Amino acid sequence: MSDLPANAAPAAASAPSLMRRALANRALVLGLVLTVFFTGMALISLIWVPYDITQMHIADKLHRPEAAHILGTDHFGRDIFSMIMVGARTSIAVALVAVGIGMGLGVPLGLWAAARKGSLIDELIMRGNDLVFAFPSLLIAIIITAIFGASALNAIIAIGIFNIPVFARLTRSGALSLWTRDYVLAARVAGKGAARISVEHILPNVTNLLIVQGTIQFSLGILAEAGLSYVGLGAQPPVPSWGRMLADSQTMISFAPHLAIFPGLAILFTVLGLNLLGDGLRDLFDPRLRRGRE
Amino acid sequence: MSDLLTIKGLSLSIHGAPILRDVSLTVGAGQIVGVIGESGSGKSMTAFSVMQLLPRGARTQGRITLDGQEILDLPERDLCALRGETVGMIFQEPMTALNPLKTIGDQVAETIMIHENTSRRAAMMRAREALARAELPEEKFALTRYPHELSGGQRQRVVIAMAIALRPKLLIADEPTTALDVTTQAEILKLLKRLVREDGMGLLLISHDLAVVADMADHIVIMRRGEVVEDGPCPAIFGALKHPYSLALLKASDHSPAYSGRPSQAPLLELRAVVRDYPTRSGGIWGKAGSFRAVDNVSFTIRRGENLGLVGESGCGKSTLTRAILGLEAVQGGEILLDGAPVMQNGRASRDIRRRMQVVFQDPYGSFNPRHRVARLICEPYHLLADPPKGAARRAAITEALEAVGMQASDADKYIHEFSGGQRQRIAIARALIIKPDLIILDEAVSALDVSVRAQVLDLLADLSARFGLTYLFISHDLSVVRNVCDRVLVMQHGKIVEQGETAEIFGAPRQDYTRRLMEAAPRLPKAAGE
Repeated sequence: MSDLPANAAPAAASAPSLMRRALANRALVLGLVLTVFFTGMALISLIWVPYDITQMHIADKLHRPEAAHILGTDHFGRDIFSMIMVGARTSIAVALVAVGIGMGLGVPLGLWAAARKGSLIDELIMRGNDLVFAFPSLLIAIIITAIFGASALNAIIAIGIFNIPVFARLTRSGALSLWTRDYVLAARVAGKGAARISVEHILPNVTNLLIVQGTIQFSLGILAEAGLSYVGLGAQPPVPSWGRMLADSQTMISFAPHLAIFPGLAILFTVLGLNLLGDGLRDLFDPRLRRGRE
Repeated sequence: MSDLLTIKGLSLSIHGAPILRDVSLTVGAGQIVGVIGESGSGKSMTAFSVMQLLPRGARTQGRITLDGQEILDLPERDLCALRGETVGMIFQEPMTALNPLKTIGDQVAETIMIHENTSRRAAMMRAREALARAELPEEKFALTRYPHELSGGQRQRVVIAMAIALRPKLLIADEPTTALDVTTQAEILKLLKRLVREDGMGLLLISHDLAVVADMADHIVIMRRGEVVEDGPCPAIFGALKHPYSLALLKASDHSPAYSGRPSQAPLLELRAVVRDYPTRSGGIWGKAGSFRAVDNVSFTIRRGENLGLVGESGCGKSTLTRAILGLEAVQGGEILLDGAPVMQNGRASRDIRRRMQVVFQDPYGSFNPRHRVARLICEPYHLLADPPKGAARRAAITEALEAVGMQASDADKYIHEFSGGQRQRIAIARALIIKPDLIILDEAVSALDVSVRAQVLDLLADLSARFGLTYLFISHDLSVVRNVCDRVLVMQHGKIVEQGETAEIFGAPRQDYTRRLMEAAPRLPKAAGE
């Protein structure tokens, strides 16, 4: 047909090399390793932990890291490594469900707003988003816990609500540029309505954006859960949480610093891992960045 | 005449893939050299080699001598000084070549300040002068204007002002008018010609459009697959083309597909006094509401089996009219009838009517959802059927549509990025065809294609018209296509049909000033030897 030179078969070659490109991106690999490590810990804690964390052993309290307790014990003699394993479960569950709520409500709202751009419904959705954005997530959490009481569930709802406008805005802005494409016009010529076009044509083309933002919100969710638990608004005892472990260790930090250091490191590396993963995924999917790297 | 730019035996490979092979050409001072080729011919890469603005992994061999300097030996620092100072460049897309956040005066002045150690005030003086030379006088176009306040043609003048601000010896223009309307194109070409003559600059004009180059150039170089096929002085070369590719290119540029059968007298599509207003708002949702009349009292009829051309420049209301005909937007006055039945009923487009109309768009790269396979893409119009074919019948329909447009049944399982522009446009036609419509609207459907591919697609359309009894509405700004394909022509300006009639009649003796201007602006192609 046209006489393109041999190098011009562009995206066709990219599919098989996706794996190779992923492995060549060190940040992505490191992020993946960290994420898999902490997720794995949370999953293993479902069937096995070194010590039962609901049992107190006052005789063994405040041990430094040693052979029997590799990260030491807290003021009730509980094994810190076991608590971090179970705490990972709380953190990941809260963040995952919160991202789920944010995507589940934010993405449809964003698609809806984009499909009816400039209409009253668009204004309502976007101004509603602005309203939610105006409150810091911690403030929303305090309002919710003030009304419904403190619990892990309410922490999830609070973080989830904060996630909605993030996804709604992202989806809307991505969708708006897609709505001007000819293939959307072709779908309209085929008699398809706005809802159907949004699902068939818009959504598949904004998923890259959503995956990347999802990992970033996931790490923010873990931070937010830790923050809420730290001020006592998150998971309630005896459910372990990294944030509350930090809060509990506060008064003992001068003579038992390991109580604060290990949950702190767990939060740090999980968030770092997820951020690296998000950045790596963005580089992997963004065709402009892809070309720049080759 | 001394040679300003000499390219001798230039070869270029990128990551080992050969792009250019043994390219040689010269540009003298005050000379316009036109480089013609289709996409992938290496014409732009030749220009980028002169600027040494090549992608990473590029390896060049041969010699490029510019104003006595051997370019390929120069370090990057000297090349930076060269770009802008000795060589100016004009790009295709005036919409993206300017920084939207800087005023036009600042952008032109910036080029001057990078290369010369002058004060801002002095640079602005020079910028004013450069813009005036590009026919943007300060009285009408203040230096404090932003790019978005200018039209496409005016922006291209700003780009030209940037390129000539330092009075370079060589100007490279890469498809400078491809994104512009015919009348604007004519003005920009005239401007370039004047600047070249005034300053004694050399101009390397790169284009896919044979007619544009033929009008402008002193010397023509025809490229194909990274090689120079033929070159010679213009216009003499057109009488003496020897290489079969050059001859084919010339022929394809003025291709006239063979339509068999006369159109019947029965009207298929009728527009009666159609009006389309857009609400306009200044200052957000609570701003003052106004309205803009994009289509003003338009009436015409398309007869069954006829090819009707709708010609006009950007912003004349063509696209709005298309959307109204397709029933995508409600009209504010008049009616649109297909076979006597209204397209819109009670504010909703009738499915039965819509099924009989399909559309093919201009951009073969934006017309398809990249995430779906071809089979799903071309079946999209089945949504209009109450009972679309399923299973084997669906498969058979897909195969039939693909084979009708010269593609293969196995292409159905591929993704759209595996196809070239011309192939994509065939798939777009297959998508329109699958539902067996009566009317296909071709919205600039061949404008983005290379001339030889365009000729093939035009032949395909003629063939399909005979086989499936199709009627075409050609919407185009390209007069040569309309002239060769259409039975009748409508000329649209500011939302109104200003003239309509038989093609030969309109092209032979246009009655309206606007039509005449359009015809005169269109670049004309010299005849090849033996015709």
